[in-house]
Amino acid sequence: MTKKILLGFSLVVSLLTMINKVYAVDGRAIRKVSFDEFEPRLHLENDTIYVVNFWATWCAPCVREIPVFETIQEQYKDQKVKVLLVSLDFPNQLESRVIPFVDRMGMKSEVVLLDDTDSNRWIPLVSEEWTGAIPATVIFARGFRGFYEQEFHLEELESIIKPLLN
Amino acid sequence: MKRASIFLGILFLAAAGFTQGYQVGDVAGDFRLKNVDGKYVSMSDYPDAKGFIVIFSCNHCPYVVAYEDRMIALHQEYAAKGFPVIAINANDPEVQPQDSYELMQERAREKGFPFPYVFDEGQKVLPLYGATRTPHVFLLERVGDELKVAYIGAIDDNYQDASQVKEKYLANAIEALIKGKRPEPDFTRAIGCTIKKKS
Repeated sequence: MTKKILLGFSLVVSLLTMINKVYAVDGRAIRKVSFDEFEPRLHLENDTIYVVNFWATWCAPCVREIPVFETIQEQYKDQKVKVLLVSLDFPNQLESRVIPFVDRMGMKSEVVLLDDTDSNRWIPLVSEEWTGAIPATVIFARGFRGFYEQEFHLEELESIIKPLLN
Repeated sequence: MKRASIFLGILFLAAAGFTQGYQVGDVAGDFRLKNVDGKYVSMSDYPDAKGFIVIFSCNHCPYVVAYEDRMIALHQEYAAKGFPVIAINANDPEVQPQDSYELMQERAREKGFPFPYVFDEGQKVLPLYGATRTPHVFLLERVGDELKVAYIGAIDDNYQDASQVKEKYLANAIEALIKGKRPEPDFTRAIGCTIKKKS
């Protein structure tokens, strides 16, 4: 009985913390995550092709390539392609800057904000090749993993994703 | 034919080394770059320096802006101990207009930089060092007549809030050199703005 109450209580607490980390403006919600919360999403093993892009609203080449990821997400929405845009904006600008930006751009892809200052720890966990410059993108699928510290053009991104679709 | 392929091989290796830039232990080359005051700065202008805190920086990057006060504090503390800061803007202003020489002068004035803030016009120094982002630190130490790379990486482990820093990577590395020890760690990574090049 006590156990059940405790379990219920901790469930409520964890739900509350989860809700607290979701920020919404005009119905657009973006979750703030620590690296430990985020990391499993870099290692999903199923039949989906994952495109995980690290970006920020203040990073000009990142902003330039956002439409490329949006196009990919839209173009392959009936196939198993999932785009995840990981914002490295300052966490205190999530509501004032990131959400309005996402709204303005009409972005459809999922966006999360990675709020974890100890980047020396987690950069190599994303990829040993990553120097820390953005934009940077990880593309992975069953039997494939690629890391790209560069700005993508559509043709180039398609040339990586297309062969993985078969 | 064989000679040609060996030549090509050497050329390839040279190119590979070139893009990779310096690693810890490498000898760092001097430069002669224009400071915001119009004068040219070289490391050979500082015969008494025990080393240098070379920071690839710029005007526009929010991560740089978050670190500017800490860069000033580092210079104020360590220039007197033989390790002055030299900040280099290596961004191509044609790609990133906010990183022009004129706006460097403006930023240096606003912040009152006590250290040289020099412009790597034409990106001649950038490929030697192999910096990829701003801020990107190369701590150099004088060994005999040479300057050797002692530490590469971040200033500390919290770009958001200087008061929440747990590891002062750069300051610890300089303290280690002052004590005649090796920096530990001697390489760290951090998120930063890509150094803008013409594609």
